[in-house]
Amino acid sequence: MDHNIQKELKVSALENGTVIDHIPSNRLFTAIHILNLDKNDNPVYFGTNMSSKKYGSKGIIKISDRFFDREEINKIALVAPTATLIEIKDYKVVSKYSVETPKEVQSFVKCFNPKCITNHQSVPTKFKVFTDDKGVIKLLCNYCEKTTTQENMRFQ
Amino acid sequence: MKNRSLISINDYSKEEYLHILDVAEDFEKNPRQKILENHVVATLFFEPSTRTRLSFESAISQLGGKIIGFTDAASSSTSKGETLMDTIKTVANYSDLIVMRHPLDGSARWASEVSSVPIINAGDGANQHPTQCLLDMYSIRKTQGTLENIHIAFVGDLKYGRTVHSLVIALSQFNATFHLVSPEELKLPSAIKKYIKEAGLKYHQYTEIEEVIDQVDILYMTRIQRERFADPIEYERVKNSYILKDHMLKNTKTNMRVLHPLPRVNEIEEAVDKNPKAYYFQQALNGVYVREAIVATILGLK
Ligand SMILES: [Zn+2]
Repeated sequence: MDHNIQKELKVSALENGTVIDHIPSNRLFTAIHILNLDKNDNPVYFGTNMSSKKYGSKGIIKISDRFFDREEINKIALVAPTATLIEIKDYKVVSKYSVETPKEVQSFVKCFNPKCITNHQSVPTKFKVFTDDKGVIKLLCNYCEKTTTQENMRFQ
Repeated sequence: MKNRSLISINDYSKEEYLHILDVAEDFEKNPRQKILENHVVATLFFEPSTRTRLSFESAISQLGGKIIGFTDAASSSTSKGETLMDTIKTVANYSDLIVMRHPLDGSARWASEVSSVPIINAGDGANQHPTQCLLDMYSIRKTQGTLENIHIAFVGDLKYGRTVHSLVIALSQFNATFHLVSPEELKLPSAIKKYIKEAGLKYHQYTEIEEVIDQVDILYMTRIQRERFADPIEYERVKNSYILKDHMLKNTKTNMRVLHPLPRVNEIEEAVDKNPKAYYFQQALNGVYVREAIVATILGLK
């Protein structure tokens, strides 16, 4: 195989691994951070500001030799509820699915309330996830009972 | 309810509140029942609140219980940097029940997760103060004969007042009608109004006490604090509109009573104290019976 074609393939197709598609462009780096992809050793490719018929502008992440638990991948539903996943083995698509919003999230989101105990002592955060009348995802803190919205979500 | 912590007003069901109020009624008739003689209760006040602490300590003492604890964080190991978790785990070894007040929101819930004995939240920052809510409910039931179908007016700071929020949530289970009197910038938050709407109940909003005072069964007064206003001129403009004066009670309903979580600053004129419709000092006394009931119920003694 010609060297350039091989290189092209490497970026566009995975032999084994996961493709996360339909991530809103402005959430791509947050999604990478939530999944700790900036700290793992597997090759990771990503693209952003790509045009999408459905969403206008989207981002995509491809991770070689890495498959996710549903629970782990569903964390990104908080910032990218539209994301879809494709799992690839031997260049073939073996499964496709969409992320699902979890009912509860623990430890990786910070509470926005500066007076919350979780921001002062080493208390792991715990939230109930709910969607308001307008379909916006919100997190209810198990401790201070205040609601963290998508705009003020910060990740640990 | 035995061995269950009381952290938030949402933790207990309507039937459970009513059970506590019934037990409190029994303690009002006979407050010195020595049922706690074999028990040690810790009162941990990480921030001072003399009124609440004395009310709890009086309740525990009248039941014959022993009290250990501290009255502010400066005199405790917290000032040496001990975490809340470590303090609670240690004190849980020395006591059967912990009453705590702490300046941080959510501290009481965290304590209940790490403690081997039940926790009673006596105030966690701006979040919850469920025993205040229960004593308010007790006072309403006692003066009105029922908690159902009450017309209640809340006056003052409805935005930040946690006692108002808890009481609105609790009364939403009893078919109340809510009359909300506040300056524009201190209106009841929509997150709390949601409880009223979800219960299918009504609320009305006003800016003057006089608009509604003659229609209600309960007038619940609160403090308006200067620091809640971004604009000090706005505070000066509204502060006098939310002061209750004796002549304003003239045409109110005969069953109407004035409640206030205390301490007051100037929002109720002292002349009102002599009016038979003033109920706030009795309300504070009711707090002792209600706290006796909560302690006894959680320890499985009632
Ligand atoms: Zn919180």
